Amino acid sequence: MEDKEKLEGQQTGRREFLSCLGSALACSAAAAAAGAITTGTVATTAAEAAVTEVPPNPAIPGYDWTQHQWAFGVDATKCIGCLRCVEACKKENNVPQDAHHFRTWVERYVTLEGEETARVDSQADPVNIAASGSESEYRFADRYRDAKVELAFFVPKLCNHCTHPACVQVCPTGATYKTEDGVVVIDHTYCIGCQYCVQACPYGARYFNEETGVTDKCTWCYHRITKGLQPACVEVCPVGARIFGDRNDKQSAISQFIQNNRVSVLKPETGNAPNVFYIGIDKDVS
Amino acid sequence: METLVHSAPFTGYVYPNETMIPWTILIVVYPYLTGLVAGAFTISSLYQVFGFQQLRPVAHFALLVSLCCMVVVPIPLLLHLGHPERAFNAMITPHTTSAFAIFAYAAAFYVILLILETWFVFRPQIVQTAKTTKGPLGWVYRVATLGSDDLSEKALSYDKKWLFALAIIGIPGAHGLHGYVGFVFGSLKSREWWSSDLMPVIFLFSAIISGTALVIVLYVVSCRLRKVPVDLACLKVMAYSLWGFMMFTLLLEGLEFASMVYRGREGIDVIMSFVKGPLLVPFFILQFGIGSVLPLAVITFFIWRGTSGPTLVVAITTSACLVLLAVLMMRYNVVIGGQEIAKTGKGLLAYRPPIFAREGLFVAGCVLVLPFVLLSILVRFLPPWHEAESALAKGMPSVIAH
Repeated sequence: MEDKEKLEGQQTGRREFLSCLGSALACSAAAAAAGAITTGTVATTAAEAAVTEVPPNPAIPGYDWTQHQWAFGVDATKCIGCLRCVEACKKENNVPQDAHHFRTWVERYVTLEGEETARVDSQADPVNIAASGSESEYRFADRYRDAKVELAFFVPKLCNHCTHPACVQVCPTGATYKTEDGVVVIDHTYCIGCQYCVQACPYGARYFNEETGVTDKCTWCYHRITKGLQPACVEVCPVGARIFGDRNDKQSAISQFIQNNRVSVLKPETGNAPNVFYIGIDKDVS
Repeated sequence: METLVHSAPFTGYVYPNETMIPWTILIVVYPYLTGLVAGAFTISSLYQVFGFQQLRPVAHFALLVSLCCMVVVPIPLLLHLGHPERAFNAMITPHTTSAFAIFAYAAAFYVILLILETWFVFRPQIVQTAKTTKGPLGWVYRVATLGSDDLSEKALSYDKKWLFALAIIGIPGAHGLHGYVGFVFGSLKSREWWSSDLMPVIFLFSAIISGTALVIVLYVVSCRLRKVPVDLACLKVMAYSLWGFMMFTLLLEGLEFASMVYRGREGIDVIMSFVKGPLLVPFFILQFGIGSVLPLAVITFFIWRGTSGPTLVVAITTSACLVLLAVLMMRYNVVIGGQEIAKTGKGLLAYRPPIFAREGLFVAGCVLVLPFVLLSILVRFLPPWHEAESALAKGMPSVIAH
């Protein structure tokens, strides 16, 4: 799948850059000599990072990425925690079948009577793994059966494909970048596996694949959406809790979702400006 | 076959992907080594640039310490990378917005600067030895002269000018390199434990104390091995420097912690439970108590009492060893501690480094020992000792002696 994300335009960008290598070398040496290593970096904000070095349109037949602006919606009031999305994503994207690598996951928030804050778990919690019997089968254990539950809901999580992605900002090689149509992808043939992006993501959306030696994360199934299909998780959701579409199309499901609801995003204080919009979540969700 | 997945157990709620700690024990070693580089270089610069004559016995030695640590710095990083063979991607196409993109350039620049400075410092020795040594070793020395065997007064004063310039450039170079390592951590907004404006400054000051402490320990050990008396005046100046920089470091660390607690942003409850729980021994006892307050008290006491002789040497050396431990613990508590506090603000992870894995304790230990292996070889090739220099200076123009 990852090869599909490798966009040929980036190669051109590299060749252009190579021609400037001589001057870059000199500049870097001078900057270090002046002790201005950090100041040069500080001056670049996350917002600027998101717009740098975008490669030209990918060679996908019949697809023009300047014509789309993808976004994702989550209606937490509909999610039933069946975890079919997690299973579909793992299969579709060759995600390692264990409890430590997920492109998408589902969180359960349960507030018991007399408690101030919610108890949170995901399908990766040891209790839930014990209930399913395997790390590669997903189930929420009925662990609150005997408790008095005041409030309970599920929250699907995935990469937020931020407008100002912190992961793109910190990538030392530019292997991860934001496409013109609003998706943050990774060139797995260029990633060095330093995991700086894993650290920088405030949402825990990235993981390091020990087998391939590179970082991975949700791409909104870029290989599917560029062919007019829905992401695998959206496709399999039985209740329509996941909404995906093109914001350039005002009649699309996602445009309508954002227009007709009071949506919120996760951790807005980071300044990352996420593009996954939620309804039906409360203060405990972060 | 090596187990690929070493997941961390957790309490509370952590994001599922967080159970794989991204930066391991090797990334603890990396800032520790760069810190030693900056600190040892500071000692060298205090003599070369600022004219602290008492530091003459260790000035050239400190430079070699700095060089040996610096050449090892990239190793833990390369061992950590998923694709070390692609490491040069960061140099070929540096992503300019990344705090890490410039590292390879900065490190390469600094290694070259250190090699150049070392060559200028030792050029007279290299030329002299090249003339008197025969066989393959003589060839090595002759190659090391790079064809520059002029030891006239004019040539030596020219060397001196270069040395001064290199040492001056090296000060922002060494400290910039390490402050920048602090920036790599401090600039990340995803982790409350790291996200601090003071982080680069704290890294810098702790670097200076660790390098100074290392030079103290290695100098005393080298004197024992060479069976020469320790220069007490020199040791005292280093102890004073250590004391002064330690006060700054402790104050800055205290301020940073106080600011974080006082701000009390979201997730502070988890941070406080972390500090009072898993961090109690590594932070309060090892880093703060035994590693910082104790050596500070010991140095204060012996200097106040005017103690001299072997007791002072033992006291300062022991204190320096404790400081080396404190800074290692500081790096550990920052790098690992930051990752043990979940990004959810609702849980804690527990990192358990494997012993025999690529990113295990054994490899990390080997990386930490490597600079000293290199140093033990290099000091035989280029003796940095004061006596060697003085002996050499007898047959040389007076300018060499300084």
